Amino acid sequence: MSAVTDAVPVNPPAHPVVQSVRDSLVIAKRNLIRMSRIPEMVIFGLIQPIMFVVLFSYVFGGSMNIGGTTDPSVYREFLMAGIFAQTVTFATAGAGAGIADDMHKGLIDRFRSLPMARGAVLTGRTLADLVQTALTVFVLAIVALLVGWRTHTSVGEVLAAFALLLLLGYAFTWVGALIGLSVRTPEAATSGGLIWLFPVTFISNAFVDSSRMTPWLQHVADWNPFSATVQACRKLFGNPGVSPSDAWPMVHPVWASLIYSVLIVLIFRTLAVRKYRSAAA
Amino acid sequence: MPGAIYAEGLVKTFGDVKALDGVDLDVPEGTVLGLLGPNGAGKTTTVRCLTTLLRPDRGRAVVAGVDVLKHPNDVRRSIGLSGQFAAVDEYLTGRENLQMVGRLYQMRAKAAKARAAELLEQFDLADAADRPAKTYSGGMRRRLDLAAALVVSPPVMFMDEPTTGLDPRNRQLLWDVIKRLVSGGTTLLLTTQYLEEADHLAHDIAVVDHGRVIARGTSDQLKARTGGERVEVVVHERDDMPAASEVLRGFGKGDTTVEEHMRKLTVPVTGGAKLLAEVIRELDTRGIEIDDIGLRRPTLDDVFLSLTGHVAEAKDASDEQEPGQKAAKEAAK
Ligand SMILES: Nc1ncnc2c1ncn2[C@@H]1O[C@H](COP(=O)(O)OP(=O)(O)O)[C@@H](O)[C@H]1O
Ligand SMILES: [Mg+2]
Repeated sequence: MSAVTDAVPVNPPAHPVVQSVRDSLVIAKRNLIRMSRIPEMVIFGLIQPIMFVVLFSYVFGGSMNIGGTTDPSVYREFLMAGIFAQTVTFATAGAGAGIADDMHKGLIDRFRSLPMARGAVLTGRTLADLVQTALTVFVLAIVALLVGWRTHTSVGEVLAAFALLLLLGYAFTWVGALIGLSVRTPEAATSGGLIWLFPVTFISNAFVDSSRMTPWLQHVADWNPFSATVQACRKLFGNPGVSPSDAWPMVHPVWASLIYSVLIVLIFRTLAVRKYRSAAA
Repeated sequence: MPGAIYAEGLVKTFGDVKALDGVDLDVPEGTVLGLLGPNGAGKTTTVRCLTTLLRPDRGRAVVAGVDVLKHPNDVRRSIGLSGQFAAVDEYLTGRENLQMVGRLYQMRAKAAKARAAELLEQFDLADAADRPAKTYSGGMRRRLDLAAALVVSPPVMFMDEPTTGLDPRNRQLLWDVIKRLVSGGTTLLLTTQYLEEADHLAHDIAVVDHGRVIARGTSDQLKARTGGERVEVVVHERDDMPAASEVLRGFGKGDTTVEEHMRKLTVPVTGGAKLLAEVIRELDTRGIEIDDIGLRRPTLDDVFLSLTGHVAEAKDASDEQEPGQKAAKEAAK
């Protein structure tokens, strides 16, 4: 086994940023390969939002008052921004469960014993999730068009709305990463990653007109980061039901959505990377 | 000058469990240290401290000439780790796993690819190289895990219970790999629950219990302390015991222990199987009928018994379980 003692060509030490990008891409590729080998996960990730579109629009469709009308087709247009936003946030649970699983299987130990960039394992995972989220949103948009959803603005505005959605999803995967590193089992990460999403997505303007909520709930909904993205999407899509509230995030939803998402990334990335460095499987 | 692996006074506490209680180690370059101890002794915690995965509460460690606590990332360039449980991505193929690890050791893509192919060949995994690791047997996963630890041919290697839970054939295969590795000059710290394994692979053995090194020496030195090999005979007729005792005295290297009620006689010997055959022949010649006879080699239990006066605790099969089950068991404690 002479090869064991042979010197192996290794890159000269790179700039930390270059190394971080390179390592993150290696990990992202690994996670994308995994996803392609577990297609069920991707498919279930698609079925759920499609079911929501169909259920919400046909079950709630006739009884929801949006901007003074209960016309189901108006509710359908109103609903889509909410469903898109909810769908991207569900990527959180996948990221959390994946990272908890890596910890459980000892892979995080292996990665931590390698001379690689510290944040790369988590960044790579969140990037792979972003790709999956984009794919899900794309399929969902097609389904939405089929059930009658339309945009009434320029292509640029529509693309900006999707960019904000993906940014929100990306931000939420960092919350999932932190949850995944904090729990003991992948199962706990899945349920722990989902539970908190229900209040966040329901105490918002996503599915109902928040101006009809009791005042304190409306206040929470207006300042909910999730609502800001939904409001921004409705505005950028030209869909009905834009909240008339005069809370700052509702008046400037595009800025609010951008600022909220960037803040979530900065805060939760810092916390998650710190947790990763001391993670004990 | 400290060796390739050096530790001084490592202490690590988890809640009220003192996992390490002042571990000192010194492994000269190019040698193998066997860290021998029962389940829960602190072997894995020691390895995790030395491989930068865990920060000890107190103590100092130097690996490959670099201070582990001050420059963990420089240490990582010089070490390979094969943890207690095979850490391979089961949805990736063997080849993809090794290429990924190569890239993360900062190898160029082409070099990582070539190295992966070479290792798959060496570890007898070439045929399974392009199948997801999920389809591998336990032994194959272990080999893949070990190959991953060897991607950059690190000068210092750590292996945590590399053969626990493997069948004899796979154990032998892994022993061969480890021996070749060591003959190439790698410094190795290996943990094990089996004296036989430490005996086979290690130059020096450190026995750990309750987070401390309670004895160190070569395997011969340890065995000498435990009385080495013994022949045990159970005779059929109680009346034959004096005659049998006389036979054993002729072959033995010490006093014969007699357990009357069990008709059992034990005597320390040297000479192994060949001597055992002679004992049997001699007993036969004298017409002494025997129920059972055997050569007993010292086990971890014997070493423990002689060092601590108690047998190794908690030496159960839990390490052979999947990490999930182990975690569940620990959570239940
Ligand atoms: N992360 C941890 N949290 C709490 N206790 C731990 C942890 N890791 C190890 N221990 C405890 O420390 C002791 C030593 O464990 P370990 O080093 O795994 O032993 P070994 O590898 O020799 O079986 C055991 O009592 C174990 O339960
Ligand atoms: Mg252990």
